[in-house]
Amino acid sequence: MTLQDRYPLAFRLYPYARSPDQDAEAPIRHPAVIVGAGPVGLSLALDLGLRGTPVVVLDDHEGVGLGSRALCFAKRTLEIMDRLGAGRDMVGKGIVWQKGRVFRDRDEIFDFDLLPEAGHEYPAFINLQQPHFERFTMEAIARAQAGGAPIEVRGKNRVDAATVTEDGATLDLMTPDGPYRIAADYLIACDGARSPVRSMLGLGFEGRVFEDNFLIADVKMTADFPTERWFWFEPWFKSGDSALLHKQPDDIWRIDFQLGWDIDREKELKPENIRARVDKMLGHSDYELDWCSIYTFQCRRMERFRHGRVVFAGDSAHQVSPFGARGANSGVQDADNLGWKLAAVLAGAPDALLDSYDAERVMAADENILNSSRSTDFLTPKTEVSRLFRNAVLDLARQHAFARPLINSGRLSLPCIYDGSPLNTADALDGPARSRPGAPCPDAPFGDGFLLQSLGGGFTLLAIGCDAPDSLEEAGAKATRLSVEPTPEIRDRYLASASAALYLIRPDQHVAGRWPEFDETALRAAMRRAMGY
Amino acid sequence: MLNDTPNIPDPDGFYAELLGTHEGLTPEESHALNARLILILANHIGDRETLSAALEAARTSGQNTGEAS
Repeated sequence: MTLQDRYPLAFRLYPYARSPDQDAEAPIRHPAVIVGAGPVGLSLALDLGLRGTPVVVLDDHEGVGLGSRALCFAKRTLEIMDRLGAGRDMVGKGIVWQKGRVFRDRDEIFDFDLLPEAGHEYPAFINLQQPHFERFTMEAIARAQAGGAPIEVRGKNRVDAATVTEDGATLDLMTPDGPYRIAADYLIACDGARSPVRSMLGLGFEGRVFEDNFLIADVKMTADFPTERWFWFEPWFKSGDSALLHKQPDDIWRIDFQLGWDIDREKELKPENIRARVDKMLGHSDYELDWCSIYTFQCRRMERFRHGRVVFAGDSAHQVSPFGARGANSGVQDADNLGWKLAAVLAGAPDALLDSYDAERVMAADENILNSSRSTDFLTPKTEVSRLFRNAVLDLARQHAFARPLINSGRLSLPCIYDGSPLNTADALDGPARSRPGAPCPDAPFGDGFLLQSLGGGFTLLAIGCDAPDSLEEAGAKATRLSVEPTPEIRDRYLASASAALYLIRPDQHVAGRWPEFDETALRAAMRRAMGY
Repeated sequence: MLNDTPNIPDPDGFYAELLGTHEGLTPEESHALNARLILILANHIGDRETLSAALEAARTSGQNTGEAS
């Protein structure tokens, strides 16, 4: 029952400190308790704290474990982290990229550009090792705490049991000073793919396991490969059925090899065997192995992400294969979706608002699982005929442009558009599809900066070439006007053929509704709807 | 719409050319050629509804033949 670290730490971010709760006679009750201080738990805590909602985060370690793990952070995630105050640090440290190349044997057969248009503050992707992502988020939490945000992160607090009732949960915790209990109005499980909370509640996690193994080798070396995602099918260096090369900060390179299904894990993880594969690929052995791991592809999710007062977010709720960067990115987007809703419900908004988290993020998870499953089917063909067509695509791609879009080495993370969400108001503008109700707002240049950084974290009345009041209060929420001139980028991304538009934007920067002009009755109805009434 | 009426002006000539294309290939090579050919033709058609109708027609007519024989 004692607390043993299950892995070595990269950074000690939240050392154990005794809490007054441990001396209380009865369990102290908190509005929101998060289990797991990973990228999802920490960003959710930061969001809640910045909204003034008291939040306690529990983690059974005192910081983040070694290893690059989640590496590719997508534009939408960076925009969320910008709102939370950590985006710029992340981009400052990360490796910015947007282009990828796909090879077969020695030949380049396909290339792609994930952000072919200008006028966005954040890049398509950065590569940043997960420990740095968590460190920057924790640093933003420390700044928020200094500004009075009610966030507590309790290291070496392991959840040993959870008792859930209709109005909350009580947790049995273990610490270096022994056990204690706390209670929560809402319990949010951000405790990873093997979620102990999910197991304690006896909830299922259904899906597919793909019969293939991938080896990650992070190697330290100085090299001048471009900062692009390079992927090989049937590579000439024969170190695996496929291979991936990606640059990380600090002269570390992520290399992935596809090993097949029947392998001896222990043997494959021996440094000399890993080095043999890397040597063949690089043609030299002038590097150090930094971190290695073998993983399988799995795509699964919980049937529902909300179970009364317990909400699941990130890998605890859904798991995808890594090619596509849809794991940590979708988890942070879960947190973005949940933060403002949970804060509002705790402040008196209807409980139904939390059900919309389930509806929207289950939809996003299904989209991610669909993309991930399709990529995996292309990478690791399951039958003779699927291999036949996969190879036909690769054979055709060199000479025939039409075949190149069929090549699937991972479709990289894009945010979900919540079409059909109960929070959406029917589209009343003949505007661009990309900013329809349910869509995340596209960024655009605005003043000396960018649009998204000007939206803040509340509701916004985005008035483009039309009048609107300074603010509108409805359903316990306040929407603040932001007036924007129809620049070419704003026109392209928000107006299309319309001459003016009024957008109602949610606190998570998704569009709730849009109209050709400000219409108070319509706006009030839309705000009620977006608040779960 | 999937055109289900005869549409090839020179049916015997086309058929001979199709078989001729496979001449000298091993069954494996022929399968690979067929897969490439399907992809080339599918892209030429492009229309998703027509492609779905073609896939359905290929699958169900195969089943019927199987039952009849």
